[in-house]
Amino acid sequence: MVEWTEFERTTIQDIFSKMNYDVVGQQSLARCLVVYPWTQRYFGNFGNLYNAAAIMGNPMVAAHGRVVLHGLDKAVKNMDNIKAAYAELSVLHSEKLHVDPDNFRLLGDCLTVVVAAQLGAAFTPEVQAAFQKFLAVVISSLQRQYH
Amino acid sequence: MSLTAKDKAVVKAFWGKISSKADAIGQEALGRMLTVYPQTKIYFAHWPDQSLGSAQVKKHGETVMGAITDAVGKMDDLIGGLSSLSDLHATKLRIDPGNFYILTHNILVTLAVNFPADFTAEVHVAVDKFLAALSAALADKYR
Repeated sequence: MVEWTEFERTTIQDIFSKMNYDVVGQQSLARCLVVYPWTQRYFGNFGNLYNAAAIMGNPMVAAHGRVVLHGLDKAVKNMDNIKAAYAELSVLHSEKLHVDPDNFRLLGDCLTVVVAAQLGAAFTPEVQAAFQKFLAVVISSLQRQYH
Repeated sequence: MSLTAKDKAVVKAFWGKISSKADAIGQEALGRMLTVYPQTKIYFAHWPDQSLGSAQVKKHGETVMGAITDAVGKMDDLIGGLSSLSDLHATKLRIDPGNFYILTHNILVTLAVNFPADFTAEVHVAVDKFLAALSAALADKYR
C-alpha cells in the first residue's frame, strides 16, 4: 500500500479542487499529441491533427482531454487504494484501447508541465514531488492488468 | 528524431527570450531534480547542502545551464561540440545516462513555471528534441 504524508494528501486534494478541467484537460492531451506525435495513433478518428495549431484547436481533443482528466478523480477520491479503483480502467486500456503503457508516462509528463504553467511559483519542488508521486501511482495502477 | 531547421530556429528564438534568466533556471531545475528525484543526490554527496537555496546548487546550476546555452550554438554538430564534456561525464563523473532525462524533464518544468506564455507546445517539442539530442551527445563517449 502506498504511504501518503499529510502534505502529499493535502497537496493533491488542493490541486484538483482548484483545477480547471476544461483548460488543463485540453492543454495536456493536445500537448502530448504535439510533443510526442506517435501518440496520435490512438486518435485516428479525431479529424485534423496535421499540425500544432490544428491539434490545439481540435474540439474532439478538448473533449477527450476533459474525459481523461476526470478519470484522475477516481484516484484523487481513493488515494488509499488507487490500485483497486483502477482495475477496470486498466483492463479497458489493455484489452479494448490497446494503449502502450509507456505512453501513460508521456501524458503524465505533459500534465505536469501544464499544471506547472498554471500554478507558477506555487508549483514548488515539494508540490512537484507530491504531484509526480501521485501520477506514478496512477500510472502503475493503470499498467497492472496488462498481460 | 533529428533536429530539423525549424526545431533549431524555435530553440534559438526561445533561448534568446530566456537567456537573461539562464542562471536562475539552472539553479531551479537542479533544485527540483534533487527534491523530486532524491536518488540523484548520490552524485552530490560531497556537498554540505543539497537544497534549492544552497550555494552549491546555485553555482552548479549555473555551470550546467551555461553549458546547455553553449550547446544551442552547436546544434549543427552536438556530438562534435560536446566531445570533451562527454569524455568528462563518461570517464570522470560517470553519471548514469538515465539521469540526463531526469534533469531535462526538470528543466522543462522550470521553463513552464517561469515562462508559461512562451513555453507553448511547439516550443516544448523543439526544446525536448534539443535536450534529447544533447543528452545523446553527452553519452556518446560512454562506451
